[in-house]
Amino acid sequence: MLLEILIGLLLLGGAAFVLLGSIGLARLPDFFMRLHGPTKATTLGVGALVLASLLHVGTEEGTGGLREVAVMLFLFITAPITAHLLAKAAQAEERRRTATQAGGTLPDGGKGTG
Amino acid sequence: MLTLTLPIAIGAVLLAMALNLWRMAIGPTRPDRILALDTLSINTIALVMLLDIALGSVVYLEAALILAAMGFVGTVALCKFILSGDIIE
Repeated sequence: MLLEILIGLLLLGGAAFVLLGSIGLARLPDFFMRLHGPTKATTLGVGALVLASLLHVGTEEGTGGLREVAVMLFLFITAPITAHLLAKAAQAEERRRTATQAGGTLPDGGKGTG
Repeated sequence: MLTLTLPIAIGAVLLAMALNLWRMAIGPTRPDRILALDTLSINTIALVMLLDIALGSVVYLEAALILAAMGFVGTVALCKFILSGDIIE
């Protein structure tokens, strides 16, 4: 019973964080602000949902475990990498746009150095 | 407890996916759309996890693992495309 309450709380909390991340993605005004919602809130929410699944399946069937942890670990490792790459891509895109607005072209074609 | 919280969680994740689709439709820039696609794939993993709990089986975990790997690789490829114009340098 206590475990079921814990699973329910993890489900509600995880779903709330997932929804919050997507609301941030949909509502915030600037791309670099919008990057915050999905990369932090959604990752935490999915982590809580995976933990709930781990507890539920582990107690119901006595199996599972390592694969859920693998999913969670993979998500937690890849989220900062995608955020970093997306920020770099957005910077390059913005640099390219300002260059075309000014009428000239950048010497490196707007690729950036990083 | 689960019969009450599971539909609420599934509804919240589905609403989040609808918001992602809206952001992917309105853009306005290409990184916005890539970010929305990445979030959509992560939300799909959450939905698969909820399905796992609802059906009480571990069969769908492999699907979640593959979705995680494919979503990451796809996002990295799209970002590399925007950064340098091609994917493999």
